[in-house]
Order: sequence, then C-alpha cells, then structure tokens
Amino acid sequence: MTKTITPEPADAELVRRAQGGELEAFEALTNRYEQRIYSLAMRMLRQEQDAEDVTQQAFLSALENLGGFRGDASFATWILRIATHAALKVIRKRKGLDTVSLEEATEPADGYDAIPHPEYIADWRQSPELLVHNNEIRRLLDEALAKLDEKHRMVFLLRDVEGLSVKETAEALGLSEANTKVRLLRARLQLREELTLTLGDPGRRITRNLHDH
Amino acid sequence: MKCAELLAALNEYVDGTVDPAICEEFQKHMAGCNPCQVVVDNIRQTITLYKEGKPYQLPVECRQRLHTALRERWKETHLRGASSPS
Repeated sequence: MTKTITPEPADAELVRRAQGGELEAFEALTNRYEQRIYSLAMRMLRQEQDAEDVTQQAFLSALENLGGFRGDASFATWILRIATHAALKVIRKRKGLDTVSLEEATEPADGYDAIPHPEYIADWRQSPELLVHNNEIRRLLDEALAKLDEKHRMVFLLRDVEGLSVKETAEALGLSEANTKVRLLRARLQLREELTLTLGDPGRRITRNLHDH
Repeated sequence: MKCAELLAALNEYVDGTVDPAICEEFQKHMAGCNPCQVVVDNIRQTITLYKEGKPYQLPVECRQRLHTALRERWKETHLRGASSPS
C-alpha cells in the first residue's frame, strides 16, 4: 500500500482554517513558530521567564486577534511584530518608562557620521558554517549581542536574524526607515568588531592607515 | 567614494540590494581597498553566524504551558462568540 504524502498546508491555509474555528489549525501554526518566537524573545530579553511570558502573550494575542488578521502581511511577520511589541513592553517596564517606541522624543536621529569606523580588521580563521557548531561560539555571540545598545540589538535581530525587511522592521519598532538603517549599520559594525577581535586571524590583521578615508 | 558615502551604502551593499551605479563605485573602491573588502566579508560572516546559529530551545514545560493557555483561551473566546474583529 502506498502512502500518499500530503504537503503541509501553507500558513495562509492554516490561518483561514483557524479563523473558521479550527483549533488544530491554530495549534499547528503555533507549533511552527513557537521555537522561533521564544528564541527571538530570549535574545531580546536575555531572561527565561520574560521570554516565556512574551511568547505566551504573542500567541494569545494572535489568537484573540485572528478575526482581524487580513493577510496583508504574512503570519510570520504578524506574529514577529506582536512578539516585538510585547518584548518592547517588557523593556520599557524594566526601565520604568511609559512609551512603547524605542525612539525617545528628545533623542536626535542617529547619523552615519556618528558611527565608529572599523578598527580591528582581519579575515576570520574559520568560516561561519564551521563555527556555528561550536558551543563556545554561542556564548561569544550572546556576549557581543548583549553589549549592543537595545535600540541597535532590536533592529539587528529583526532585520538580519529574522529576515524582516527594513520597512517591516521600522514598523515593528515604531522607527523611521532612515533611522532603522543607521541603527542596523551600527549594530552590524559593532558586532563585526567584537567578533573579529576573537575570531579574526591576528597574523592577518590589516591596519587601516593605508588609504585616504 | 568617500568614507561617509560608503558607510551610507554599506547596508545595501552587504545585502546585495544596492543601486547598480553605486555598486560599481563600491566594486571600484573594493578593488583598491582590501580593508574595506575584509570588513564587508566580516559583516556577512557575522550575519551568517547569528542567523544560522543554534536557537534557544523552547523548554518542554514552557511549551506545554503555552499550549494549555492557548486551548483555554480558545474555549473562552469561542464561548464568547468573539470570532469577529474587536
């Protein structure tokens, strides 16, 4: 007897069925995204209980608001947005602030001229594909991420790790696209700097005073 | 290309979405500037590490709590008849 392999339903199909009252469909969606949301929340908040709370809040909120989900964005983008919002609330609470946006009213928009230039430049000794399996690396990555200012970390996590577009990232964080780009660059350069200090080959370090920057 | 201009375009260059005219400028600069090429490579490697790195595992109990909470809320929501937009 041959087994027919039915392809797994697309997110949009599961959403439709959940909106129609099928709990199993919503649970299937949850199964698909819970790991990713939790991991993102952990990287944003660095605390297990907070990450669990945010994860739960995100899916409960999605559940409650299913009826209003029109599908202009993908479910993935939607749940990422909800989770980000929940994480921002935790961050605000930690700081004793009221506003949810990461853009403090008095703060001038960041500019490219304020971004520190790369200092330590060297080819890495190993390719990332090899490094990802190394447990020490995870600690290194976490430490580097923790050193980032929140406002830079959040942009990096959403844009580079989760793959949201600059526009989607900006919307999720309540920032302008221009500001998002500047923060993204700063995050990338700072992480590059930190990681290269450890992963770069000191024997191949390049000193920069060779050209007219 | 001057440094500030480079920085402003660096994100797009790393992502491969930069305007072709600027891309050409970048390539020209890279050809004569090894440090910049290495920085670009480093950034791409950095992104790969974070993207492909091991995610934080969702603890089993946490997952169970999540699904229990969802089921309960689902029941409440559907009893309320609140399946229309609030």
